[in-house]
Amino acid sequence: MHPWGKWGRSFVEYGVAAARAALADAGLDWRDVDYVAGADTIRNGYPGFVAGATFAQALGWTGARISSSYAACASGAAALSNARAQILAGLCDVALVVGADTTPKGFFAPVGGERRDDPDWLRFHLLGATNPTYFALYARRRMDRYGATDEDFAEVKVKNARHGLANPYARYRKEVTIEEVLASPMVADPLRLLEICATSDGGAAVVLSSVDFARRHLAGPGAAAGRPLVTVAAVATVSPAYPNTVIEMPNFATDSAAVVPASPVGPFRASIAAAAYEEAGVGPEDVSLAEVYDLSSALELDWYEDIGLCAEGEAEKLLRDGTTTLGGRVPVNPSGGLSCFGEAIPAQAIAQVCESVWQLRGEAEGRQVDGARVAVTANQGLFGHGSSVVLTR
Amino acid sequence: MAKTRIPAIDGWFSTDEAAPTLLGARCTACGTYAFPPGGTFCPNPACEGTDLALVPLSRRGRIWSYTDARYAPPPPYVAGDPYVPFSLAAVELEAERMVVLGQLVGGVTVDDVAVGDAVELVVDRLYEDDEHEYLVWKWRPVGGEGRSAR
Repeated sequence: MHPWGKWGRSFVEYGVAAARAALADAGLDWRDVDYVAGADTIRNGYPGFVAGATFAQALGWTGARISSSYAACASGAAALSNARAQILAGLCDVALVVGADTTPKGFFAPVGGERRDDPDWLRFHLLGATNPTYFALYARRRMDRYGATDEDFAEVKVKNARHGLANPYARYRKEVTIEEVLASPMVADPLRLLEICATSDGGAAVVLSSVDFARRHLAGPGAAAGRPLVTVAAVATVSPAYPNTVIEMPNFATDSAAVVPASPVGPFRASIAAAAYEEAGVGPEDVSLAEVYDLSSALELDWYEDIGLCAEGEAEKLLRDGTTTLGGRVPVNPSGGLSCFGEAIPAQAIAQVCESVWQLRGEAEGRQVDGARVAVTANQGLFGHGSSVVLTR
Repeated sequence: MAKTRIPAIDGWFSTDEAAPTLLGARCTACGTYAFPPGGTFCPNPACEGTDLALVPLSRRGRIWSYTDARYAPPPPYVAGDPYVPFSLAAVELEAERMVVLGQLVGGVTVDDVAVGDAVELVVDRLYEDDEHEYLVWKWRPVGGEGRSAR
């Protein structure tokens, strides 16, 4: 990974730095890579739309096959899924997955120009509905339905800030108190400034190989010799099943349940991890740690339920009793999460995988989950995108 | 001279001053609803309908959730100077069984509403320039109807 921050340099630099770090970690040379899967950024011109090619060219053309994926916040997982499918199909042995972004300051605004046929443009123009608007709707709903409090939301931030303290890739490494969170300015009631994830520059990469290749390679004399084998047991990139009855960015309305009363797979967010568990053949009871998309402090609590750590309405209890804190039964966001990173869109889902790998190998210095065997990630983005990755040791 | 009042977007709501409505799409084959209108295909995966009728949606609903915007949203939102914060509500329409997002009318704060409150649709000013007032739909709390069981 390249550390998250507001560096103001080209996304290509972060991506290449992350790629070189991943290759060094794997004990492989760039020329060993058969396939490059880039995760796209849409705020950096044409090179961002063809991220796979951009990174391959920056690393030096080798003839490797390339792909570029865009799936909003799930772009990194889409790239991972592409690379994995190539490997599982027997088309290649070693793939490099890279995502990186350079971001503007402040609220994410839509891509420029007057675009009256683009719902993302229109929701800003007609409603002034920013991303925090949607996060806040979910947060208020939790308060109303389950009795979540301002203090619960603040406690998520306090926990994640503590988790991220020792993470060298995190942008914010500073402890905060509940009082400081509650004293930060209200942005979108009930969410305050310190509870809403920032936009960041950053880059993340993973080297993925077939299991056979990995076994041989880890048994060999290279830099990775003797390392534990971490397996990607599932990559779920499912879309919603009609009707999606939760209002989501950038939509003006939900689907209508007038004719089809309920989705066959339930609410979208919960269906993402459910698909990953099914593919991996594990369940939430097997999970040692989770990296979830805490776009807001309150949203992390929704994820506890959506990835099956507890029943609906019980997330606050899990938080309050320390279950999801480092040292608890199933720490959530041991990396510090988006709370400590901010969001570098195409890199973020890959960063969740990087953290999971370090945790499963026992290399997450200062934030290690003891005896971690199974990690799950969860993420969601605009336009029906989401992802969940299960990794096992 | 009075400014001309025009919709900020065409075809998404009626501007009938007394009883404005949102305009949704309704599939003539299966009856499913969608908002905004303008799509070509019925969103129901079990239906291949392409004849979507423009229909008025329920004028009243109940608040599913709500929030506000304490800081000016970035363009293309046209923020006044000085910026005046506004509130938003996601509103459940009973007949259509869907939730539609909109601003709450000016002056309504998050302290004035709760999940389950009844609201009705109005058409109100979104922003203006020298010649025009641009209109959009907003939700207005309906006093006296109380809160739904939830």
